Parts: sequence; structure tokens; C-alpha cells
Amino acid sequence: MDKQQLQEFIARRIALELKDGDLVNLGIGMPTLVANFVPEGRDVLFQSENGFIGVGPAPTEEQFDPCIANAGAMPVTIVPGGSFFDSAMSFGIIRGGHVDITVLGALQVAENGDIANYMVPGKMVPGMGGAMDLLNGAKKVIVAMEHTAKGAHKLLKQCTLPLTAVNAVNLIFTEMGVIEVTAKGFVLIEQNPEYSLEQIREATGADLIISMNLKLMA
Amino acid sequence: MEKLIRLEDAVNLVRDGDTVMVGGFLAVGTPERLIDALIAKGVKDLTLICNDTGFVDRGVGKMVVAKMFKKIYASHVGTNKETGRQMLEGETEVVLVPQGTLIEQIRAGGFGLGGVLTKTGLGTLVEEGKQVVEVDREKFLLEKPIRANVALLFAEKADVKGNLSFHGATRNFNTYMGAAADISIVEAREVVQLGEMCPDEVVVPGVFVNYIVDGGAL
Repeated sequence: MDKQQLQEFIARRIALELKDGDLVNLGIGMPTLVANFVPEGRDVLFQSENGFIGVGPAPTEEQFDPCIANAGAMPVTIVPGGSFFDSAMSFGIIRGGHVDITVLGALQVAENGDIANYMVPGKMVPGMGGAMDLLNGAKKVIVAMEHTAKGAHKLLKQCTLPLTAVNAVNLIFTEMGVIEVTAKGFVLIEQNPEYSLEQIREATGADLIISMNLKLMA
Repeated sequence: MEKLIRLEDAVNLVRDGDTVMVGGFLAVGTPERLIDALIAKGVKDLTLICNDTGFVDRGVGKMVVAKMFKKIYASHVGTNKETGRQMLEGETEVVLVPQGTLIEQIRAGGFGLGGVLTKTGLGTLVEEGKQVVEVDREKFLLEKPIRANVALLFAEKADVKGNLSFHGATRNFNTYMGAAADISIVEAREVVQLGEMCPDEVVVPGVFVNYIVDGGAL
């Protein structure tokens, strides 16, 4: 898989997690792709933390409105039934537990659910934006990421980078499989058959429990 | 009281060393004309409170490029390379604040509250130096109110009393910053006469607005 195929593979699988009635917040980058793969007819609304519910696809030339952009500053549309609001309302929705699912990228995830995704000290310090609030407030936290960073472990016993949130991640989707964060640690619940269990174990920097009900990743 | 003022008089309300709040989210809902006029005037040693630092050529980012800030409070600075450079080279102090916390600190500053309690940032660098408060056996961070000398805001429409309405995703921080600043200046795309704005349409009451600059059709 090249990078684009890999990202689409992960995004397509995550899209299947979205259920009717869910309010979903997608992070920048790979998570944003999830919206492209929502099964036809599924009643899902997307929240954008800059201030609206009902994020729609990119606009046509006629639809383009510079005042309607997502949290990554990309022009978008708003779907029927959507609404605009300010940042206080937006983060009330987020912190208050009214977002069902958030999908975010990560630099590192630890086996207890700690996540680091907002800075590499001295190198890359973009800031947390709304990520700390989303990680604390969303009912379910899904991480979308490559299993390793060019071979370096991202799934770890403990994060080494500054944390974005403690004990926050529920599920991790990578090109190798789907991992649930449990009280016992990482549990592989789906396996991409293109990779052996041995390969997945080697690419994981913590113990990996294989679920009794291990499924193949669609 | 007459609130409508000329752009050149508005920028004279901002003085060297002031703390300024600027509305907008990645340059959506930013008062671009006020920013351009301030850059032309050349104010310095400002402290910025803003969601982000926009882009080098758009939004508050233009003021970063013009080196007008000695300190910046923002949730995200990753879209402006110049902010990153100034931060890493020690020219400008950058304090990263979770987005939901930043808007609540501003809200508290404007609404007479002694601060807010939030779980966001617990167990991260954001917690450093802050009081942890336990309420009913749950831990929260105490985040203190913040205020500014001047708020520079954008609205779609203002009446001459300063009542404001918005379009699209431009509300973001614009709705609360006026309350938290000694002086608030709103650049409105359209200014209407008394009685031409339906009270039902008002999102921010004019009580939070000191001055209005007619932004004209942008």
C-alpha cells in the first residue's frame, strides 16, 4: 500500500464504526478522510470545533463561501439540519460529553490509553488546538494512525512525548489491525491478513494480547 | 453614544505594550482591515490572545510576520511558520492553551467569574503551576479568567448600537472577546441604522461593543 491507499484503508474501516445518530468530530489529516467513506444512508452528523454541526463535502464553485470552512481551514459546506455557533458552545458540546466519537491522529499511544499528539519538544510545536478537550470530552476516542513511524514504535508501554491526555484512547486503527485499549493493555481485535501476527507484534512497542474473537480487518 | 468610528481612529486605540484579543479561527471571522491598519501604523510589544496565529499572509498571522507580539496565547500555531520560528528562536513567548479552555478563560474574564474548572489538560504540561480542585471526588484544573486592553472583532452585521449578527463559522471567539476587553472594536461587513436589525437576530448585544468600523463589502 502506498501512503494514500494506506490512509484510505484505515479511514474506510473507521467509517464502519459510525452508527445512526452519532455526532462525530474528525481531526485534521487522515481522520478527515473518514467522512468520505460513511456508508450510504447512515445518519451521521459531523461537528467542526470552529463552530458548527453538519459539516458537508467540499463546495462546488457556486457553493463556495469563505465564511464556511472546517477546523483545518478547508472550505466545506453545511448540510440541511446543520447549525452554526461560537467556540464556547462548541466546546460545551465537546467537554460536556455530547460528541459520540472523535477520530484523531497520534504520535504515540500508551497501553493505558495515554496519547501524545500535539508536540515534539524543540522540533514541532503546533499546539493542541481542540484535541485536549476532545480527548477528555468525547464518549469514544478513536485513533487513526500508521502502526509505526517508519519502523519506530508508536504503540508503547509509556509515551515519551508530552501527553495530550491521560487514559483517553479507546480504539486504535492502523494498516495492520484494530486494537482495543483495555485495563489489561492492548488487545488486537482485528488483523489485516496482509500482516502476520508476528509482524504486528514486532511493530508494537508493548505487549499485544490477541483477542479470543480475533476477526479479519475488512 | 456614537460607536461608529473611522478605521484610522480605531487603530489609535491600540497602544504599544497592550494585550489584544483578536477574533477569528484560522482567518475565518478575522477583522482583516483593522489588522492591516494596525500593521501600517506599526504598534509593538503587544501580547496576543487569539485561537491561533492564522497564516503568514492572512488573519492575525500578518501581525506575527510584522513582529508586533512579544507574547502569544493561542491553542494552535502550526499553520504559521513564522510563529514557530519566533518561538523556537526565543523571539516571542508562546503559551499554548487548549481551545476550549481559552474560550472559557475569556468568557470568565468578561462575565465576572473567578475562573473555570475543567478536566482538560489534567496530567499534561498544561497542568503545571495550576491548582487542582476536587469537586465531589472528581479532579479539575482551575483555569483563571483573562482580560485584554483591546478586542479586535469581526461581525457580518452591526447596527449603530453595536448589536451584532454573524454568518457561517465566523462567530468562534468573536462573541465573547468584547466582554473581556476594556475596549472592543468590531469591524462589521455591513453597518445598519437603528431599527434595521431585528432583535431576534442579535447574537451579541451592543453592550459589549464600544466601537464599530464599517468594513464595507469585503
